[in-house]
Amino acid sequence: MKYLDEYRDPDLARALLAELRRVTTRPWTLMEVCGGQTHTIVRQGIDELLPGGIRMIHGPGCPVCVTPLEVLDQAMTIAQRPEVILTSFGDMLRVPGSHTDLLALRARGADVRVVYSPMDAVALARSHPDRQVVFLAVGFETTAPANAMAVRHAATLGLTNFSVLVSHVLVPPAMTAVLRAPTCRVQGFLAAGHVCAVMGWTEYEPIAAEHRVPIVVTGFEPLDLLEGILMAVRQLETGSYRVENQYARAVRREGNTAAQDAVRSVFRITDRSWRGIGAIPASGLTLTDAYAAFDAGRRFDVGSIVVREHPDCIAGGILTGDRVPTDCHAYGTACTPRTPLGAPMVSAEGTCAAYYSAGRRRAPAPGDPS
Amino acid sequence: MTIVDPAAGTCPAPVPETERVLLGHGSGGRLSAELIADVLVPALGAAACGGPLEDAAVVRADGTELALSTDAYVVDPLFFPGGDIGALAVHGTVNDLAMRAAMPVALTLAYVVEEGLPMADLRRVTASAGAAAVAAGVPVVTGDTKVVGRGAADRLFVITAGLGRRLPGTAPSAAGARPGDAILLSGPIGCHGVTVLSTRAGLGFEADITSDTRPLHRLVAAMMAAGGDAVHALRDPTRGGLAASLNEIAVASGAGAEIEERALPVPEPVRAACEMLGLDPAYVANEGCLVAFVAPGRADAVLAAMRGRAEGRDAVRIGTVLPEGPVVVRTAVGSRRVLDMPLGEQLPRIC
Repeated sequence: MKYLDEYRDPDLARALLAELRRVTTRPWTLMEVCGGQTHTIVRQGIDELLPGGIRMIHGPGCPVCVTPLEVLDQAMTIAQRPEVILTSFGDMLRVPGSHTDLLALRARGADVRVVYSPMDAVALARSHPDRQVVFLAVGFETTAPANAMAVRHAATLGLTNFSVLVSHVLVPPAMTAVLRAPTCRVQGFLAAGHVCAVMGWTEYEPIAAEHRVPIVVTGFEPLDLLEGILMAVRQLETGSYRVENQYARAVRREGNTAAQDAVRSVFRITDRSWRGIGAIPASGLTLTDAYAAFDAGRRFDVGSIVVREHPDCIAGGILTGDRVPTDCHAYGTACTPRTPLGAPMVSAEGTCAAYYSAGRRRAPAPGDPS
Repeated sequence: MTIVDPAAGTCPAPVPETERVLLGHGSGGRLSAELIADVLVPALGAAACGGPLEDAAVVRADGTELALSTDAYVVDPLFFPGGDIGALAVHGTVNDLAMRAAMPVALTLAYVVEEGLPMADLRRVTASAGAAAVAAGVPVVTGDTKVVGRGAADRLFVITAGLGRRLPGTAPSAAGARPGDAILLSGPIGCHGVTVLSTRAGLGFEADITSDTRPLHRLVAAMMAAGGDAVHALRDPTRGGLAASLNEIAVASGAGAEIEERALPVPEPVRAACEMLGLDPAYVANEGCLVAFVAPGRADAVLAAMRGRAEGRDAVRIGTVLPEGPVVVRTAVGSRRVLDMPLGEQLPRIC
């Protein structure tokens, strides 16, 4: 963090923008995959500084946003059991399920706690042997290693009062799903730097080759994003489509192999439903049979919950880049961070919340109620 | 208490929880403002909160302007690097008076103690509160103690009231900011909130950061000596952080504001912790800094006076009041974005 200012230097930003203007001859549409990148882009107003014609669309990379409604409802059903302490990261607590959210359940008496690491949840299980401690384990490849380590640690300790409700998702299948959609406009990707720090970028090479799209592994600071955009545009302008690494200070091609081993030892790949998008084959992680005893879904028998999204929410279109929040009739009126109708308005990294907190307002359309 | 009914098959829209108090209602953000406007003001009447929401009320008695403030302190943990709940309660109330340019005359202190609290903790908190009062030059003149059963409170709550005498010729008010005013910040932001969060969660940042809790009345006296009635508004950005304070002043004054992101003094460990947790330093609580809205012609003199005191050594100008509009930030890369009122409590993110 010592060198953070270098990645926010306005002179360097101006230089990158000037270079971007120099190399850009045509309009291009890029997708930043990660919600953290969306947050920086909107918070810093980077998309408004780009040369005309370069359009950023926001991808499905907000882990809070894509966690399926049924998993949230399962978590809330489990949290209402008197013997349970339900734990998760802070930003999961405000995500609306079908009827309520975990913070509201806590106000009604459920024991819902914020943890900063899944290992904290294991420690909680050790210190409360008379309670069942459940960790809502969501996120992309970034959070999977720590969650795997927590499960392994709980197994080593022989804990019978710890379990995880797993809803891990994987980035490359989602990128492929975006590219295969008939309405896809994405011509290049900024891949999520921290996902690649864990997984490397070999998985992205066949995607770039098959779909002929440049993919640039990109960090999260303003200058990272500007440089990532410039690298992607340079490829597009010269007709190349390979994986490049803007985030060399954190990412190696092979990734973090120890973290990958930890994930493989506890999880296996499975089909997964993404909130707002639907089922994507081989796009998630679930516990292997060896660790099935730690599956909270089984332990508390919540697999039969059936749900339906709010009909006004266009989260699917937003998460795949087809729509932007200001396209939505509910944006800023029925749907706000105070009363979110869908997940993208909840998390700080959700596209709708990022737009809203940056003060972006929807232009009234003809016929809109005033 | 079944909320989710699997037998129902499908589910209607999520229903926002409005009929129970949530933690966010105490966050100092938009939910807190709604609670005050919708529940408290209608019941207590216009006399309680008729005008802008101020840190302390000014009442007139026998030709003297007195300021009156009350506050309740709940903090987990009770002891943290740089302070504890006892010193915090004294400083917070002194500062609430100071934000109306009032010098403290007397404080009251009441405890709600949970049965089972170690007596050593109560002694330590009380000694700290006493030392803070002596250092601030204000006596604690009366108090109260209630003990409640285990589970009925979280160890120790501290409630204070403060009486102050307003400096003559000054009238800072939340509604006093005017277009063109310089916005001055007395020192670094984010230290208190990150210290408490880090101590609570054992994140390890507490080795590098301490709370900034301290009294600000002497700083305010120096500012008033330099600026007098040119100091239009003062606020100490506690819960809700700098963003909430700027928005409160802007709304109460019917104005807007623009601040420079790069001018904000954010200590490196605070920035690192905020980056890790996904928090914005502008929304993190402080206990020892203030933001001042000063007429442009006197801003340099007030800034110099601030820098002449230890509490204001790192004072900077962070922006300007605009005639209208929201509070906006000029970002590091040169664009502008709205710095909105926080909704409720900030929640650490996943990754």
